[in-house]
Amino acid sequence: MKFLSIFLVLVAVAGFSTAAQAQQGPLRITIEEGIIQPLPFAVPAFQAETGDAGQLAGDLARVIAADLQGTGVFREILSSAFIAQYRDFNAPISFPDWKAINAQALVTGAVSVTGNNVNVKFRVYDVVSGTNLGEGLQFSGTTDGWRRMAHKVADEVYSRITGEGGYFDSRVVYVSEKGPKDQRQKRLAIMDYDGANVRYLTDSSSIVLAPRFSPSGDRVLYTSYETGFPRIYVLDIGSVQRRVLESAPGTMSFAPRFSPSGNTVVYSLSQGGNTDIYSMDINSGQSVRLTNTPAIETAPSYSPDGSQIVFESDRSGSPQLYIMSAGGGEARRISFGEGRYGTPVWSPRGDLVAFTKQNAGRFHIGVMRTDGSEERLLTASFLDEGPTWAPNGRVIMFTRETQGEGGASSLYSVDITGRVLRQVSTPEGGSDPSWSPLQR
Amino acid sequence: MKILPLSLLVAAIALSACTNPNRFGADGAGSANPAVGQPLGGVIPGSANDPRSPAYFNQTVGDRVLFNVDQSTLTDVGRATLDGQAGWLMTNSDYQAVIEGHADEQGTREYNLALGARRANAAQEYLVSRGVPASRLRVVSYGKERPIEICSSEACYAKNRRAVTVLAGGLTS
Repeated sequence: MKFLSIFLVLVAVAGFSTAAQAQQGPLRITIEEGIIQPLPFAVPAFQAETGDAGQLAGDLARVIAADLQGTGVFREILSSAFIAQYRDFNAPISFPDWKAINAQALVTGAVSVTGNNVNVKFRVYDVVSGTNLGEGLQFSGTTDGWRRMAHKVADEVYSRITGEGGYFDSRVVYVSEKGPKDQRQKRLAIMDYDGANVRYLTDSSSIVLAPRFSPSGDRVLYTSYETGFPRIYVLDIGSVQRRVLESAPGTMSFAPRFSPSGNTVVYSLSQGGNTDIYSMDINSGQSVRLTNTPAIETAPSYSPDGSQIVFESDRSGSPQLYIMSAGGGEARRISFGEGRYGTPVWSPRGDLVAFTKQNAGRFHIGVMRTDGSEERLLTASFLDEGPTWAPNGRVIMFTRETQGEGGASSLYSVDITGRVLRQVSTPEGGSDPSWSPLQR
Repeated sequence: MKILPLSLLVAAIALSACTNPNRFGADGAGSANPAVGQPLGGVIPGSANDPRSPAYFNQTVGDRVLFNVDQSTLTDVGRATLDGQAGWLMTNSDYQAVIEGHADEQGTREYNLALGARRANAAQEYLVSRGVPASRLRVVSYGKERPIEICSSEACYAKNRRAVTVLAGGLTS
C-alpha cells in the first residue's frame, strides 16, 4: 500500500485564537522517568465528507485516541464530556469550550471515501494557546488500510507533542499458541502493533520459535522443527515463501537475528553439546564463528550501527550479558547484578539494552545502559521473557507466561519508565514478539 | 544403585527386569509392568516383557535420565540407566536413536535450548563411551518446549529436566 502525504493549505482559524495566553513555549510533554500527569486530549469523530464515510469517521478517531491513550503519556477526554460539537474541519475551533473540559490537545479530521479510496485530513491544536501545532496533513490509501492511516495520524500527533518518533504504524510478528503446556501448538502470526489484523504465516504442524523482523520489515527469521531438528528459516511476509538457512548435519541452529543491513544473520549453533554464536551471509550462506568457548553463548543482537553484538553467555558460571565486536573476539561483561541475565536486545536508539532477568524465583524485563550502568527492572512476574523494542525505543513488548498447570503465554507491553504495563490482545495465546520498524 | 560392569548389568537386566523398575513413570505405566512374575516363556513379541522390544527399552531399561537444576552432568542413577540403554542398543543393533534434551520452564527459551543440547550430548557421549556407535545416535534439544509434567513446582521440574532416548528403526517398531 502506498501513502501520499501532502501538506494542506492551512485555513485561517484565527477567529478564536486568543493569542498570547501566557503559555511558555509550544505544547510539549517530555517522556521521562518519574513522569508527570498524562496530557489530556480530545479526538472528536472526524467529519464525514462523503456519504459513505460515516463509519470510518468514527473509527479513525477511535483508533487514534486508543493509540495515544495506550502510551500512558496522554489521557483521552471522552466525547460525553465535550461541550463543543465538532462538525466541520474548516470551521473555526471554539477553544474556550475545549479549555473548559481541560483538553490541552485537540485533534480534528475529515475523511472522504471515493470507491475503494480513502482520503484522511487532520490538524492538531494546542488548546491552551489556541494555535495549530504543526501543519495539517492528509493521507490517502485504500479502504482496507484505514487503520494504518489512523496510526499515521496518531504517530504525527505523538511526535509533535513529545518530540519523539512514533511507533503506532508498525507490526508485530509473534508465535500464536494454543493448547496445554505439554501439547502446545505453535504457529507464526503477524498483526498490527495493537493486535488488529492478525494473519497466520505458518501452520502448527511443527514447533516454531522466536520470529525476528528484517530491518526493512519484509522478511522474518525464525526457528522451526520442521525437519525434526531446530533450524533457521527466512520467510518472505508478502509471499509467505520460506527457505532454510543451511547448516551442517548433526547441528542445531536457533536464536537468529538480522544485522541492521539485513544481509547478515547472527545466530546460535549447537554442536557436540556446545552452543556458540555464528554469523552468516544470508545470500552466500558463508558462516563465521564468533565465539569459541565451552560455555553456552546465545541470544545475540546487533547494535543499531552493526558494529557490535550483545549476547548471553554462562562462561562466568551463570548466564550474563556480554558485548563483543560484530566480528567476534574479546567480549566484555556488562551485567553484574544479582541473578541471571538473558535475551539482551539492543535498543533502536543505541542507548539501552533490554533483557530478561531471573532472580529469587521471579522474572523481570529490564533495561540497562550499554556499559551496564543504570539497570532498571520494568516488570516482575512468574515468567517474563523475550523483550522486543518499539521502533522509537520507548516501549518494549515481551512474553508473560502464567504459573501452574493451566499456564499460558500472552503478549504484554511496558514503556521504559515501567509505569505503563498492558496486555496486548491476541486471538490465541502469544509469545516471542518481534516489533517491526515503522512502516513506510 | 551401584554401577556394574556392562556385561554384568546386561545379564542382570535380562534375568530380573523387575529389579530395575520404571523409575521415572514413563507414560504413567510404571506400576503396570507385565514382566513381573511372568515366565519368560510367555513373552508376547513387541510387548514390554519382550526384552528385544522398544516397549521393554522404554519401560524396563528406562528411556530417560534426569538432571539437576541447570546441570548437564549425569547422576549415578542416570549413568546406570544409560548403561542399560547401551547394553540394549548393543544387543539390538538394528535400532538407531535420537536423544532428546529437555529443560524445565525456569530460564529463557534460548538458554534452555542450549541447555537441552548439553544434556542430550552428555547422554550421547556416555552411550558412545559404552560402545554404542556414534553413527547410530543423534541429538536434538527441545529446550522447555515439550514438558511432560505441567505443574510449576520442583516435583514437575525434576521430571522435565531430562534426556530421553527415542528409538527409531528396528524390525518391529
